[in-house]
Amino acid sequence: MAKYNITVNGKKHKVEADPDTPLLWVLRDNLGLYGTKYGCGIGECGTCTIHYNGNAMRSCSMTVADVGEAAITTIEGLSPDASHPLQQAWREHDVPQCGYCQAGQIMSAAALLATTPNPDDEEIDAAMYANICRCGTYNYIKAAIKTAAGKM
Amino acid sequence: MTTELQHNRRQFLKITATVGGGMMLGFSWLKPYGEAEGAGIITDFIELNGYLKIAPDATGKGSVITILSPNPEVGQNVKTSMPMIVAEELCANWKDVVVEQAPLNTAVFKRQVAGGSQSIRQTWATLRNAGATAKHLLVEAAAQQWGVPASECEASGSFVKHSPSDRRASFGSLAAAAAKLTPPAPEAVKLKDPSEFTLIGTSQGNVDMEAILTGKPVFGLDQKVPGMLYSTALRPPAFGQKLKSYDDKAARAVNGVKDVFKFGNDNKIAVVAISTWAAIKGKKALQAVWEDEGTLESTATQYEAMRQKLDEAAAQPKRNDGDVKAAFATADKVIERVFEAPYLPHNPMEPGNFFANVTADKVELSGPAQAPERFRKEVADLLKRDENTVSIGLTRMGGGFGRRLRGDFVLEAAEISSLAKAPVQHVYTREDDMTAGIYRPACMYKFRAAIKGGQLVGYHLTGAGLNAGNVVRENFFPVGAIEHCLMESHDMPSKVTTGPWRAPVTNFLASAEQSFFDEIAEALGKDPVQFRIELFERARTNPVGKFEYDAERSISVMKLASEKSNWGKAPVGIHQGFSAYFCHNSYVAEVAEVKMEGRKPVVKRVVCAVDCGIVINPVAAINQCEGGVIDGIGHAMYGDFTLEKGKPQQDNFDKFRLIRMGEQPAVEVHFVKSNIDPTGLGEPTLPPAGGAVANAFYKATGQRVYVQPFVKVMKNLG
Repeated sequence: MAKYNITVNGKKHKVEADPDTPLLWVLRDNLGLYGTKYGCGIGECGTCTIHYNGNAMRSCSMTVADVGEAAITTIEGLSPDASHPLQQAWREHDVPQCGYCQAGQIMSAAALLATTPNPDDEEIDAAMYANICRCGTYNYIKAAIKTAAGKM
Repeated sequence: MTTELQHNRRQFLKITATVGGGMMLGFSWLKPYGEAEGAGIITDFIELNGYLKIAPDATGKGSVITILSPNPEVGQNVKTSMPMIVAEELCANWKDVVVEQAPLNTAVFKRQVAGGSQSIRQTWATLRNAGATAKHLLVEAAAQQWGVPASECEASGSFVKHSPSDRRASFGSLAAAAAKLTPPAPEAVKLKDPSEFTLIGTSQGNVDMEAILTGKPVFGLDQKVPGMLYSTALRPPAFGQKLKSYDDKAARAVNGVKDVFKFGNDNKIAVVAISTWAAIKGKKALQAVWEDEGTLESTATQYEAMRQKLDEAAAQPKRNDGDVKAAFATADKVIERVFEAPYLPHNPMEPGNFFANVTADKVELSGPAQAPERFRKEVADLLKRDENTVSIGLTRMGGGFGRRLRGDFVLEAAEISSLAKAPVQHVYTREDDMTAGIYRPACMYKFRAAIKGGQLVGYHLTGAGLNAGNVVRENFFPVGAIEHCLMESHDMPSKVTTGPWRAPVTNFLASAEQSFFDEIAEALGKDPVQFRIELFERARTNPVGKFEYDAERSISVMKLASEKSNWGKAPVGIHQGFSAYFCHNSYVAEVAEVKMEGRKPVVKRVVCAVDCGIVINPVAAINQCEGGVIDGIGHAMYGDFTLEKGKPQQDNFDKFRLIRMGEQPAVEVHFVKSNIDPTGLGEPTLPPAGGAVANAFYKATGQRVYVQPFVKVMKNLG
């Protein structure tokens, strides 16, 4: 076990974990932040998407040792009161079915809107291709992203 | 554990009491919730029946109405839509309603299963009666309090009102008095006429929305209790193999691994650790030797065996109307086509998992379960315990699609906890989830049509599936519409485990059948929609034998899809394909529209018409229908799962392709307006989707598709 100081949602945390532990499991098992989901473990499904210095990354595919000084944001830290334009749009469109992939979807969409405030269909498709929704809520997700666009 | 996962009555009430307050006498009319824990006096809430609790709100002027949602939530929206039915008949203000997930309790709740699109259909009457009975009691309590006849009082918006004297009282303020009344005789309870509904038919947001949007722990994998360990299991890598020996030295050396042992009839190896990652690493470090038991199956040999079987007659046909042999012998023309589809894993985004705490006197289980009642019995049998000592808490499920109707993950969790003597969170990795078994069976169909005098006079369907049960539907269309009809099914044994997968059997049968009907219509020179309507007219006016569907509802849903899609009048460059199917008591017709983008046919839009009777929660109903269409298209086009020497060749999403953002069409959903009792939507829009797309692909490319996934045979599909 090694000791790490990582910054998650603006707070410093001391964690003890083996260096090869994926950030995903540190968030969930060590810090009790369950919003970041396990889906595939190989960076193919997007349910574990978090922000690493503002960029959407798959937390299953980076280790706790990789985090260093980076600012990590999870769904729990996206907004203090669930008022991020995407969270509001998700509510307005009643997007989720099972809901399991939705935190990852929102985190990918938030990173997209941060750099591309008014994405077109192709930009949304490209940015969201990495996030699978097994229930097939893709059109709802797209509509919600368009609702939130420009409100950042 | 979260509030939702707790299944101890007093604990549950303790938590809710801090919200509701108020000390009142308890009352229980249906069998109390958790009898063994002692019902008797409840100090905080008034329990009117198994489904709802009513209390004054914090101000004392309003009401807090807690409705327990009895059925497992797998994304089909029952946790929102079922309480809506109760609230409608209760005349509650939806804003006053708090929904809690009920644990498994067969003494109180009927059919706590998520499957077969039956939750709404089978509880519709019960839920309405629960709400209406509670309302009856509240009105009676108000009438007694005011000394007026109950007939002069009415309930709405969580209040009982007496207009002549301009008085009103909240449900919360009446609950204590209502609880002391004798429950009314069932016939004294009046249900609303559907025209009086004010909540049903309006769109209401998912009750778990805030938890989902903020990452609250509502799923099975999110459970944690003090002292809990994490476990994984290594299983035989191929169907037909068993464990011979293993070396656990490297696994035990992994930091955090606490124990390694054999279980599951000495055929699996469990790794128990202090973290999920240590359990996963420990499993990877195991060295195991497996031995074959008999011949191992591969996809190529399985397909060859099914093809051969299609030429055999079944010992007992499932359906045999008229004289099929004669009809084919005297036909002007015979069309014969073979369709094939692979195994499919369910791939819910939340992989298999369950919490288990097995102690000397009880077994506590909690997690994502579509059929908890059966799992409880299976666990009790496995551990040789009294079923009464086994409890199951239900978490929200990260998808299911039928996978969680099989309890292997629950049994593994229980056995591991029992052997480890600790509470465990048992976790399937994605690779485990995809390779541990339970698939949509691989299946093939041979369709034959006999045409004489420009009419379809004979129909012969032969199906062959691996561990698939009956793969034909002998009471569905076209039965009833064709004079001579023979249906035969071959269930072939296999070591590969199978189970229900969203819309079992029909998920492929409908796609193949509806493609075949497109070909028959073409051979007859008829419009595909008109051709089907003629057949249903025959079934309506001069039916052949008995069948399950309603021909009139089938026709009206087809006409609606046709009208809304502008069938036959699509703009140049848009190629339409039609498909219609009845299953799970609901009627669906779909028109897929395909456009060529270069040499690639792209599905741009699907117009979907649905008759499911009364629609409870439109926003969620539309989402459910869209999801079924997209799921159906995704798997028909891309889903492939193969075996080599018993070993699955796809074990994660880099090898198994699911439909992704940008690959889905726009979906337009239209409901037939109806006052018929509601039926389910979890499955019915999926089966026709593949056929609609295949028929549109044919129009666009001239190529018929007989093989799923379509990408296997359509080169330009990408």
